[in-house]
Amino acid sequence: MTEMTYSDALNLAIKEEMRRDDKVFLMGESIRGGIYGVTGGLSQEFDDRVIDTPLSEAGFMGAAVGAAAVGMRPIVTSLASFAYVAMDQLISQAAKMRYMFGGQVSLPIVYRWGMIYGNNVAAHHADRPYPLFMGIPGLKIAIPASPADARGLLKTAIRDNDPVMFFEDNNLAGWRGEVPDDDVCVPFGQASVIREGTDVTVVSIAGSVRPTITVAEEMEADGVSVEVIDPRTIVPLDTKTILDSVEKTGRLVIVDPAHQSCSVASEISSIVAQEGFWSLQAPIQRVTSLDVHFPFSPALEHLVYPNEDKIADAINAALE
Amino acid sequence: MPEGKELYMLQLRRMMLIRRFDETVQTMVQSAELVGMAHVYIGEEAVAVGACTALRDDDYITGNHRSHGHPISKGGDVRRAMAELLGKATGYCKGKGGSMHLADFDIGILGESGILASALPVAVGAALGSKMQNNDRVVVSFFGDGASNQGACHEAMNLASVWKLPVIFLCENNQYAVTTSYRDTVAVENIADRAVAYDMPGVLVDGQDVMAVYEATVQAVQRARDGGGPTLLEARTYRYEDHSEGLNRILREPYRTEEEVARWKERDPIKLHSAWLIEQEVATQEEIEAVRNDVRQAIEDALEFARQSPYPEPEDLFTDLYSDPLPAR
Repeated sequence: MTEMTYSDALNLAIKEEMRRDDKVFLMGESIRGGIYGVTGGLSQEFDDRVIDTPLSEAGFMGAAVGAAAVGMRPIVTSLASFAYVAMDQLISQAAKMRYMFGGQVSLPIVYRWGMIYGNNVAAHHADRPYPLFMGIPGLKIAIPASPADARGLLKTAIRDNDPVMFFEDNNLAGWRGEVPDDDVCVPFGQASVIREGTDVTVVSIAGSVRPTITVAEEMEADGVSVEVIDPRTIVPLDTKTILDSVEKTGRLVIVDPAHQSCSVASEISSIVAQEGFWSLQAPIQRVTSLDVHFPFSPALEHLVYPNEDKIADAINAALE
Repeated sequence: MPEGKELYMLQLRRMMLIRRFDETVQTMVQSAELVGMAHVYIGEEAVAVGACTALRDDDYITGNHRSHGHPISKGGDVRRAMAELLGKATGYCKGKGGSMHLADFDIGILGESGILASALPVAVGAALGSKMQNNDRVVVSFFGDGASNQGACHEAMNLASVWKLPVIFLCENNQYAVTTSYRDTVAVENIADRAVAYDMPGVLVDGQDVMAVYEATVQAVQRARDGGGPTLLEARTYRYEDHSEGLNRILREPYRTEEEVARWKERDPIKLHSAWLIEQEVATQEEIEAVRNDVRQAIEDALEFARQSPYPEPEDLFTDLYSDPLPAR
C-alpha cells in the first residue's frame, strides 16, 4: 500500500492504463498543463496522446465517440457542468449509438467530470449532474469517494467497452488514503461497506462519504452502530448490498450531494420502499442538496449541501 | 478502386439502386406497410454515389436521417437495409434503428444520425482515430444545408482543420431545411464559402453530375490522405419529394413552386449520367436498361427478403444496450 491523494490516485490510474494500452489517450481543455489538477505532467511521457482541445465541448466530446468507434479508447476530461454544452453528443451519440445500430459498435470512452461545489464558484461551475445520466440507458456511472476507489474504478472504467461517466468530487482532491500497490481494478456494481453497523444503514455518495464516516464514528461513541455503504457506481447499482443492510438494520438514511428531486437518493429510496418495505422500521431519510442553485456568497452556499449536522439529524430521525 | 467503364457503370447502378429503393419505400409508406418516418433521397443520388465511389472500402462515412442513399452508395446491402426499414431482426440494426439509422460498420458506414450536425464531431473523431493509428483512412461526413447552421458543424470543422484531420465535409445542399430555404437562413452566398473561416478549401460542385462530385471528392481525398487536412464540398442538389413521406398531408402552404421542381427534374442525375455514358460511347442504351432491370430485381429480392424475415423477439429488447451487459435486476 502507498499513501497518496485522491488526485494522485487518478493520475496513477491514467498513467498505468496508458502504459498498458497505446489506444488510450486523453482529450480536454488545458489538460497538458493540468488545469483540473490530475493530468498535469502526463504529456511528458505520452506526448501526442495528451491532447489540448479548443473550447469546443460538442466538438471534442463527440470526437471521442468517433475515435472510439474506430478502435481508440479516449478519456475525455472536463468539468461536470460543461457536460451541458455537449449533451447532444453525450446522449444522442455516446449513449444511444451502440443500441440504435444493433450492437455493431462498442464505444470504450471515459468522460471524467470534475465536480466543484461548496467553494464559492457559483451556479455555473458548481454542479453534480450525475443523477441526470441515470435516466439515460447506455451509460455507466462511477463516483469514487476514496483514493483507492479513484484509482481502481478509473482503471475499470478505462478497460470497460462502454461509455462511462466518471464523476470526481473535487472536495476530495487532497484527501489522502492507502492505495494498493498491485494492479487492482474495482469492479462496477459492487458497493463498498465502509463501516459495518447494526442500528442504521447510511448510503452515502461522493463527497458526502467523508462527513458520513465522521458522524458514524461520533455516534459510535454514543452507542449507535452505523453501517456506512458507498455504492461507488450508480449504474450499475448494487441494490443487493443496500437491501441486505436494510434488512439487518431496519433503518435507512441516504446522503447524496445532488439536488433532492430525482436524485440518486430518490432512486435508492424508491427501490428500498418497493423491495425492502417490510424490513423498514422507520421512514427513509434523505440528506441531499436543497433544490436551489449554489449561490456564490459564503453566507448562503453552505446552507445548500449535506453536512455533518444534517447527516446526524437524519440518522437520529431514522432512529426515532 | 474501380475506374473507367467499371466505375461509371457502378455509379449508374448505385444511383439506380437508390432510386428504386426509395420509390419502393414511397409505395410502402402509402400502403402503410412501412411505419415511422421515411426520408427519400430521390434527386440527390449523384452526391452520395459520386463521393462514395471515390472512397476505398475501408474508408468511413457518416450521414443523417435521409439515410438510405449513403449506405447504398458505399456498397451496403439493400436486403439488410430493407429489412431494417421493416423493423426485422435481419436488418442492419436488428430493428433497433429503422429508416433513419442505417449503419454497416464492416464497410465503414459509421451510422446515420437523426440529430443533424451531431454526426460531424463523430466523423472528426473517426478521422482523429485514423490519424492516431496511421491507417490512411479518410472520412466523408454527409450533412445538409440546414445542419450547416448548427454549432456542432462549426466546432467540427475547426477541430478538423487545427488537427489537420483526413475528413471531407460534404454538404448536400438540397435547398431546403424541411420547408425553409437556405437562402433565408445561411448568411453567405455559398455554404462552401464557410471554409474560409477554417482555412480549408471550399468547393462548390454540381450535385446532379455524378462525375463532378466524384472528381471533387477524389481531390479532397487525396489532400486528406496526404496529410493536408479537411475539405468542405458543397454539392448543389435538389430533393424532388417532400422532406419526409406524407408531410404534404400536414403542410398548409407551399414552400416551393412546381416550376422549380420541374426545372430541377430536367437535370436528373440518372438521366444525365445515362446520356453521358451513351455520348461517350461507354455504354449502350441496352446496357443501361440491363442495369435498370437488374436493379429492379435486386430491390424486389430485398423486399421479399425483408418481408420473409422474422421480427426481433421480446427478449431482444435489452440486447446490445451494453457490450458488457449490466446485471439483471
